[in-house]
Amino acid sequence: MTAGAHAADGELLIDVSAREGGGSSVVLSGRWVLAGIAAGLDGLEQRLAALAAAADTAWDCMPITALDSAGAMLLWRAWGRRLPGRLTAPAEQLRIFERIAAVDRQAPPAPRPRLAFAGLAELGESAIGFGRQLIDFVALSGQLLLDVLHLLRHPGELPGREISANLYKGGVKAMPVTALVGFLIGVVISYLSSLQLRQFGADVYIVDLLGMSVIRELGPVMVAVLVAGRSGSAMTAQLGVMRVTEEIDALATMGVSRSLRLLLPKVTALGMAMPLLVLWATAAALIGGMVAAQVELDVSYRLFIDQLPKAVPVANLGIGLVKGLVFGVFIALIACHFGLRVQPNTESLSANTTASVVTAITVVILLDALIAIVTRDIGIP
Amino acid sequence: MVAVVGIRGLSTRFGDVWVHRDIDLEVGRGEVVSLVGGSGSGKTTLLRQIIGLLMPTAGEIRLFGQPLFGGGVDRERALRRRFGVLFQQGALFSAFSVYDNIAFPLRELKELDEAAIRDLVMLKLDQVELLAEHADLMPAELSGGMVKRVALARALALEPELLLLDEPTAGLDPERSDAFVRLIRQLGSELALTVVLVTHDIDTLAALSSRVAILAEQRIVGYGPLAEVMAIEHPFVQGFFHSERGARALRDAGLR
Repeated sequence: MTAGAHAADGELLIDVSAREGGGSSVVLSGRWVLAGIAAGLDGLEQRLAALAAAADTAWDCMPITALDSAGAMLLWRAWGRRLPGRLTAPAEQLRIFERIAAVDRQAPPAPRPRLAFAGLAELGESAIGFGRQLIDFVALSGQLLLDVLHLLRHPGELPGREISANLYKGGVKAMPVTALVGFLIGVVISYLSSLQLRQFGADVYIVDLLGMSVIRELGPVMVAVLVAGRSGSAMTAQLGVMRVTEEIDALATMGVSRSLRLLLPKVTALGMAMPLLVLWATAAALIGGMVAAQVELDVSYRLFIDQLPKAVPVANLGIGLVKGLVFGVFIALIACHFGLRVQPNTESLSANTTASVVTAITVVILLDALIAIVTRDIGIP
Repeated sequence: MVAVVGIRGLSTRFGDVWVHRDIDLEVGRGEVVSLVGGSGSGKTTLLRQIIGLLMPTAGEIRLFGQPLFGGGVDRERALRRRFGVLFQQGALFSAFSVYDNIAFPLRELKELDEAAIRDLVMLKLDQVELLAEHADLMPAELSGGMVKRVALARALALEPELLLLDEPTAGLDPERSDAFVRLIRQLGSELALTVVLVTHDIDTLAALSSRVAILAEQRIVGYGPLAEVMAIEHPFVQGFFHSERGARALRDAGLR
């Protein structure tokens, strides 16, 4: 009886015949290589196992033309991880089986012991991890403060070029997108408010509503979210890759302080750029709202501009700009913090970049709430 | 018998610069061929063309008598599974453990069950002389020599007939480099591999190659057994083999 696992191309053949004096003899031939066996593995494994299970089977591997370790492993598994009693095989095949047997003899690595309170331990570990992150963050902020003091005594070491480069990357290049988003937000708020205001005939209050919300609240938060996604992620990724490629270590060996040369410029630049971006995006939002108010409510540009200073005390602009400064500094600090935590692998890089953006946005909202409480008596007409 | 690697009339141009002009090269089954040449002579480019990562400007490359490109996704994939590549830096997937790195190509076959994959991965680890407890390490935790070994195990996972090595010993200290060369030689004969390697390490070259192809001036200026190639009157050949360092390595390899 002859049966090919691959009848079509006849690559793998298992030839079974009854032997004199009981038992059967199995002759294997063809190419027992990974490419050949992978396609019809299931049936093949069962067939071989069935043959191996029968008592007193003699195996003849001599006609096999090619046997690789995958093919050998298939036979080895079918034979119950040992050589069968009756086996005829050339020396080079026996060498392959010998190697497999040697691997089997190696003690398997001890499985990690499972703790009884694994879930609790994990919770504790993550709490400790969070605490450690907080400590790292405080240490980073403190280091930067020390750097600032150092710079006050040695003003010549101010990393001017780096600050300027970061200012350009994080500030100037963010101008188009912040203006566009700001303008559209202004249009949307103006449209939605106008629907309500018209019902009461309070058309002109659009200026109060729009001015207050955009200048004091929406402008800074909107820009912070955009900048966290744009510059925060870029900073984390840059620092992360510099850690992977050992560039940061190289800097350290040249006696260049990484915090002074890499981190401080980022924090300073974003702290400077953010208030300006807030001003810029707020202006765009007000223009957007003004246009929509003119179209929808017929509030003229002139009236809008006249009303704005009366409706919104100038203190609100100050609050908005201070928010911008605080948000900018925190976004950059968080980005640096996570950038320095990157381990040299791709998974860690992506995880830390995500963590950087998510944390930055969350912290921005938290700070915004905090500032709102602290400044609740300031700038309200 | 069909050549394992057959290159005919290959030319490569990057912008205005010709890297290769009209190169012919054949590698027979079971041979170990080293590509050598100065920096920028296009060794690695040629290797990347052989494995189908770069398209030559003109000419044709055949592996096992078949063209690299065309004929549908399945044919291309089947052809690519017949060779393994060891990249210079190992190119291990940094997010996977050693075990998963080696298991990856086997899992991609989508035919083997996890128990069979486990057995094969352990066998590969043993073949490259790593221990079972190394399986759980991450690439970042490995030394340079271990990275190369794991990468070699991964390249061998699909039981290739052809193995391509890009600077297999670059970045290893001499002792590890010797051990790695020994490993490649042993596996090469054990698994009946055809090997094409790019190197400028003369020790590696002398210890491994059955033939040497010398790339210079955009063409192959010499192709043959080491002793024959060394005799070629060419400034690069003279500089490469007849320097003090080269002479020492060749003496060690018993050629002088």
